[in-house]
Amino acid sequence: MSKYLLNKFLFTIDRDPELVERYRTDPSATVTWWEAERANQLLNSIPGEASTWLSFTKQERHALSTHDHVALFEMGAHPFLTLTLWIAMFERDYDEPLAMQLDYAAKLAHFNRPYPDIAT
Amino acid sequence: MVAKLVAILATTHHPFYYRTSQLAPEEAPPFAAEWVRKVEAYRQTLTRTRPDVLVMVGSDHMHQLWLDNMPQFLIGKAPFYDGNYYNEEREFGLPRLLLRGDEQLSAYMLREGIDKGFDLAFSNELRVDHSITCPIFTVRPQNDLPIVPIYTNIFAPPLARPERFVKLGQTIRELIDAWPSDLRVAVIGTGHLSLELGGPRQFGAHGPDPEFDARAVEWIANGDIDGCLANVTLDSLHAPGNATHGFMDFMLMMGIAGYNKADYADNLDLFHTMEAYFTWYPNGVDA
Repeated sequence: MSKYLLNKFLFTIDRDPELVERYRTDPSATVTWWEAERANQLLNSIPGEASTWLSFTKQERHALSTHDHVALFEMGAHPFLTLTLWIAMFERDYDEPLAMQLDYAAKLAHFNRPYPDIAT
Repeated sequence: MVAKLVAILATTHHPFYYRTSQLAPEEAPPFAAEWVRKVEAYRQTLTRTRPDVLVMVGSDHMHQLWLDNMPQFLIGKAPFYDGNYYNEEREFGLPRLLLRGDEQLSAYMLREGIDKGFDLAFSNELRVDHSITCPIFTVRPQNDLPIVPIYTNIFAPPLARPERFVKLGQTIRELIDAWPSDLRVAVIGTGHLSLELGGPRQFGAHGPDPEFDARAVEWIANGDIDGCLANVTLDSLHAPGNATHGFMDFMLMMGIAGYNKADYADNLDLFHTMEAYFTWYPNGVDA
């Protein structure tokens, strides 16, 4: 289980407008591609110096591939990263301002404090 | 000859202010006019002090600083700082801007801060985010002054404890008061009051914990550092909202201001998170 890798996925997708659209449109293919080509890339380095040991669990892959922000919250993915990316992908689908954010929150309403630990 | 600390400002960085303040009256929401009035009044508390340089305390919202190399406290040392990221343009409509740096003051704060016991990180190429650009938009929109950006980690645990934020603030105060320079320095820091991001209590009609906010505003306005420290821990800050560890930046600013009541204190109950505006004049308003 790697909260770090979940966060790395969310972070690297969110900062790239093309990847935001790809992940919105085809989450499963994007996750597969990302895990193969990007998961081990050190952000400040060259491909030849990639890491060798990072991969998702089946659960993590599934949560990301199905845009399941509730499962991601439960797993301890950083809530700010998930939210920011979800706003980028899905705010456009709602008419009322903040409706998407409130719907997102409602789906998390069953979580009591303390929330799942986000420490990586 | 030492620098003159002319103003200490501690405030929030509500990212929706910029866009809201630009709307025509017929399109603006009902709270916009009061919000703009309060911000413009707050701006005056800085303008009147005629600063030459701004030390700015903020927190990178996972834009440039990443979990593969996460500094707790970082000081920028560069001639320029670009401002704002793609996802801030996207989500908040914030424009990009370019700020100048004061490398001499950055170098001094790093050297002396390290010698005083803070193992400070530094950056020679830093794009600053809304934690620093929002207060530029609100209190120095002409963006005419060089800055020294100071980033604190309030997002990626393990975090430093509240006591450490206060101590860093006190240290920053000592450094500025001793800086051999004839410049007028203002410190502007932004932090969070109760705030939830990506959790069940987010984006409500008010901040997630109005009781916490009321107590927090009292502590800050009264310079009640000890009362605040007695009631705030890393554990306790989860309860008012999952992004409330940003309150430690307010505690850092209290460390700078010392055990003193604020000379100006205002707040605004808004959707999502409360706005707050505090100014201290450590050498008097006419320094």
